[in-house]
Amino acid sequence: MNLLRLSWKNLTFKPLSTLLSIVLFALGVGLVALLFLLQKQVEDNFEKNLAGIDLVIGAKGSPLQLILSSMYHLDAPTGNISIAEIKPFLNPKHPLIETSIPLSLGDSYRTFRIVGTTPSILDFYGVSLASGKAWAQNFEVVIGNTVAQKLGLTLGSTFSSSHGFLEDDNLGHEHTAFKVVGILAGSGTVLDQLILTTNQSYWLTHEHDAASEEAAPEEDNADHADHDHEDHADHDHDHASPSVTVPSLLEEPGEKEITALLVKFKGRNFQALNMQRSINENTDLQAATPAIEINRLYSLMDTGEKALRILAFVIIFVSGLSIFISLFASLKERQYELALLRVMGGTRVTLFTLIILEGLLLALLGCVFGLLLSHGGMQLFAGALEKAYGYTFSGWTFLPQEWYLVGGSLLLGLVAAVLPAIKASRTDISETLLKG
Amino acid sequence: MLSTHNVSFSFDSAGGTSLKFPDIACQTGEHWLLLGQSGSGKTTLLHLLAGLRTPQSGEIKVNDTVLNQLSGAKLDQFRGREIGVIFQQSHFLRALTVGENLALARQLVGLPADSNKIKALLEQLNIGHKLNALPSELSVGEQQRVAIARALVNDPTVILADEPTSALDDKNTEQVVALLKAQAKAANATLLVVTHDNRLKNIFDQQIEL
Repeated sequence: MNLLRLSWKNLTFKPLSTLLSIVLFALGVGLVALLFLLQKQVEDNFEKNLAGIDLVIGAKGSPLQLILSSMYHLDAPTGNISIAEIKPFLNPKHPLIETSIPLSLGDSYRTFRIVGTTPSILDFYGVSLASGKAWAQNFEVVIGNTVAQKLGLTLGSTFSSSHGFLEDDNLGHEHTAFKVVGILAGSGTVLDQLILTTNQSYWLTHEHDAASEEAAPEEDNADHADHDHEDHADHDHDHASPSVTVPSLLEEPGEKEITALLVKFKGRNFQALNMQRSINENTDLQAATPAIEINRLYSLMDTGEKALRILAFVIIFVSGLSIFISLFASLKERQYELALLRVMGGTRVTLFTLIILEGLLLALLGCVFGLLLSHGGMQLFAGALEKAYGYTFSGWTFLPQEWYLVGGSLLLGLVAAVLPAIKASRTDISETLLKG
Repeated sequence: MLSTHNVSFSFDSAGGTSLKFPDIACQTGEHWLLLGQSGSGKTTLLHLLAGLRTPQSGEIKVNDTVLNQLSGAKLDQFRGREIGVIFQQSHFLRALTVGENLALARQLVGLPADSNKIKALLEQLNIGHKLNALPSELSVGEQQRVAIARALVNDPTVILADEPTSALDDKNTEQVVALLKAQAKAANATLLVVTHDNRLKNIFDQQIEL
């Protein structure tokens, strides 16, 4: 029966009060750890997808929105831009630009976004094909690893896209038939969640819609479906027939539109930095720097996070207080026990140590349960977060900060127990026994 | 051996009114009764003898050690090792079983728990079956026996008992005193029972009156 076991027995002898202290402590620690985990994983996800992109060019609007929609595929695009406007930036001979990737956005298939772009985007993100080949023809698609898993698509699968990012049958581009020609290896980047095709496929899809709306305005909804199905084969045929290499956007007519352009500079020199300002001031385009906008986003999130963190630390403080109060209150109840320990040969140090151990045990248990709570909670949230943001989250990553939490908890347990421990060690044995 | 010389004690640290106690000299193995009315300072003397309080003046000797010259941890350890104390009301560590309470008493002074010894001791006191019971599950009589077991478990050379029979009926009183005397005799320990219980007068040969 060493002191550690005795302190454990004392705690389990009063399970409710012990439970209250532990639960409070676990809540505080759990909330702090959960915030750490969330912040770390959000930042990791953002940083992984920066992919060395120096500038994003798109339609005028919110720069943050432009970055979120074209790099993280989170928000709606700001609008479209014409080929004529961006032709200079597509030119491979541009003195400042190393590569530029055109993006066409706005459609999706069962909530996964379809991106019209060129295969060089794969090099941008450093992602390789797990099977099949890169898209070369219109209506050929390469799908991200997650898309393949979640939707059960394989090489050769076909599907129709729908307008917008929601799963809504009424917005279907019923005449389109995308065909999976490649599946990407999992990379942890945003490409996992995307369906990639040519920019031109976007134009064909939307022109097609416009055409069929004109062609069948008086048709009622009932036989609309039939019509679609009958039509389908024909149109497939149509798409398949111009089976020539898709031309570069430079050769496309200037009035055609895309959504955004991802730009990588040759070097981050003064001229390159000036380019953003000159685009914003002199053209109808907008240029935004991802790193700046993401930092802006962090600072926006920071306010909320700060509030939550303060709340968490208040809870931790209160739980420290609850340990202090429960230990202090227990001294009165067991003053006779403490005196008895002295009669049996225990010293003042024995009593001091006993109470300190009780405080440390409470804090340690609270901390351990808190960490379990945060990781379990994170794992539980991960599914919902993945659904909402399309990024992978996991409860089973551990951070070095968690050791600080353990250390901090033990320190708090110690501090909370010091006063009761001193009081216990000062128990006047004779007085106490006389009262008994 | 337990002896006092010119012991006085004051509750008020300024040294106002003080209690003076008669000298005591109990030889090893003797059984003494210390009689006194309520308020005569019986319990105070017992606390002094157990080293739970420090006398204002005088000397208390247990075996060859002057108790009031020890201090702090040394006094605590000496008390735990050499003096077994039985209080008027039995108190235990509530969270521990009977066996664990006894084991703790041994371990606090650095002795091995020795579960065989604890079992044997409880058997002698007819409460062997209560080894794994919590103190709250015991009757008053059983609690008193466990308290005796705890006082004896370290083979002390001096056993002090404060009104051990005040809560007991005649039959139990006889039994408890017989047990105390038998155990003290078996351990060759000095036994001093402090009481105002006149039922004990006829059982003890050596008596001091306060």
